[in-house]
Amino acid sequence: MGELRFSHYSFSAMQRGETMGALQEFLQQMVNGVALGSIYALIALGYTMIYGIIKLINFAHGDILMLGAFAGFFVLVAATVTPLTFIASFLVAMLICALIGIIIERTCYKPLRNAPRINALITAIGVSMFLENGARVIPQIGPNPRQFPTFLNVNYDFAGVGISRIQAIVFLVSIALMIVLNITVNYTKIGKAMRAVSYDRGAALLMGINVNKIISFTFAIGSALAAAAGILFASAYPQVEPYMGIMPGLKAFVAAVLGGIGSIPGAMIGGFIMGIAETLTKGFISSQLADAIAFGILIIILVVKPSGIMGRNVSEKV
Amino acid sequence: MISMTDNEKFFLQAVLAILGFIIIAFLIYLGIIDEYTAQILTSAAINVIIALSLNLISGFTGQLALGHAGFMAIGAYSTAVLVMQLQVPIIVAILVGGIITAIFGFIIGFPTLRLKGDYLAIVTLGFGEIIRVLMINADKITGGAAGLKGIPSFTKNYALNPTLSFIWVFLFLIGTIIMVNNLIKSSHGRGIISIREDEIAANTMGINVFYVKMFSFTLSAFIAGIGGGLYALFFGYLNPTMFNFIKSCDFLVIVVLGGMGSITGTVLTGFILTYLQEFLRFFQDYRLVIYPLFLIIIMLYKPNGLIGLIEDFQKWRRKRFPHQKRVLKAGEQR
Repeated sequence: MGELRFSHYSFSAMQRGETMGALQEFLQQMVNGVALGSIYALIALGYTMIYGIIKLINFAHGDILMLGAFAGFFVLVAATVTPLTFIASFLVAMLICALIGIIIERTCYKPLRNAPRINALITAIGVSMFLENGARVIPQIGPNPRQFPTFLNVNYDFAGVGISRIQAIVFLVSIALMIVLNITVNYTKIGKAMRAVSYDRGAALLMGINVNKIISFTFAIGSALAAAAGILFASAYPQVEPYMGIMPGLKAFVAAVLGGIGSIPGAMIGGFIMGIAETLTKGFISSQLADAIAFGILIIILVVKPSGIMGRNVSEKV
Repeated sequence: MISMTDNEKFFLQAVLAILGFIIIAFLIYLGIIDEYTAQILTSAAINVIIALSLNLISGFTGQLALGHAGFMAIGAYSTAVLVMQLQVPIIVAILVGGIITAIFGFIIGFPTLRLKGDYLAIVTLGFGEIIRVLMINADKITGGAAGLKGIPSFTKNYALNPTLSFIWVFLFLIGTIIMVNNLIKSSHGRGIISIREDEIAANTMGINVFYVKMFSFTLSAFIAGIGGGLYALFFGYLNPTMFNFIKSCDFLVIVVLGGMGSITGTVLTGFILTYLQEFLRFFQDYRLVIYPLFLIIIMLYKPNGLIGLIEDFQKWRRKRFPHQKRVLKAGEQR
């Protein structure tokens, strides 16, 4: 899986240890955590929706994030970074990734819908590795990390707690996307169909819902959210590389399980908790343990409450 | 042709295998098989041991595990540390390394295997990553990112080294094959396979699903740990980056290509792929693109892998040359 380098951690907006009190330090880490967590939440939404609808852990989700980040990268390199091109990069990346998501679903996952679960999982691993290593051998992308073009960073100071411009953008864009998603899922016809398919695919089919179309649509939405998260992630740690999607993907999956896999509000809550837990670990315990904390959390949830915070306890039926 | 009972056939195969093993060992000793080929054979055998352990949990029990490189790392490092710092005899070090790995397997499996679903894949994947981070940070024991150098080999006699490494590793390989084969044919093994086929039905038939899964997973970790120990002694150098996710996927590719739940398939593809890997060194970057494509294509079109292909060929041959009629075994398809 290559080396995962997140050494220059530009989320921590300030390094003024001696002038900062413990409370301010804590608040600062909370701010960093909320910004990071909103990215995790966006990724976790894709995981949880896809799991909810076809009961598949889409291992390739993190790599779609990487593709989205690269799509945004190429747009922003071609044009200079202005608010307009930034928005354009989002639109292009989300569109491309939605298409890629649909293609992956149609070619790789759809034929395996009735096969044993392990076959679909292995296929998902295959797709994930194919995207990562395929990106590495394409000369335009290549194995080396590249600087991601982003806005000049400005810090806004609130009583000693700094919020960087990028953190603000990350938070606002994520919240906006989550609101749009919530409206789509809860108040539109296609959202109703999505909920129906995830509740009972067979019954949904009998009610005249085009299940294949709904599943493809879910993949498209999930992948578009991953693409948006990819650009946000890449502008926060300003670099892109083929393996960049693995760690955020894994952590977001843990976030989805934490919130209750299959539950959309759960994924949002889980994402924020994961982000805050990670930055607090980085700030107060050890930065090397930050990656390990995600899996510690995963083990604890699996022991204590496997259905997650918002998950329903499903009794087993035969 | 003289007809043989299954027992006689098995006996004949065993005799042939032992004879082949002795002949190859002798050829290596005489230098007719050169050191390089002997090395490839030995490292292939180590890969097969670990792939067999993965096949036990993923192919036979039907639970996808993605962290066997992590288990291998635990086995490798504990064996190396036991041999280097505590001067434990090699055989004890390898077995203790396996037991330590099995304990880790137990700790991971306990919360995860209670649940239905695919949590094992994610937990083992995360575990494999954490182990690597921990190995880099525990530099007092493991040598950190610089690695652990100068692990003693199976023998101090330089000239005998290729032969003895071959014999050690192959004895463990044969032991593993016999163990997995006998396990699968025992009543425990039928329980294991029934879980893969249908967990609820297995439960209804009175199989303690959690216990059997735990047993299979812990045993799998134990074998992978032994494979890691052999790897440490054979290569003499360990580095945390050796045990990354790509390594885990290599074993998965061996198992899937060979055919999930087939011992013969795993052994054959293990040797073929390790040899090809040495042969196609210049291909390194593209290997990582082609392997996953193989995984996808096999899962889509031929989930039985190589063994499925061989079975298809036999079926075709029986249809094409119907004069070689024979009695079908129970459950066999015409």
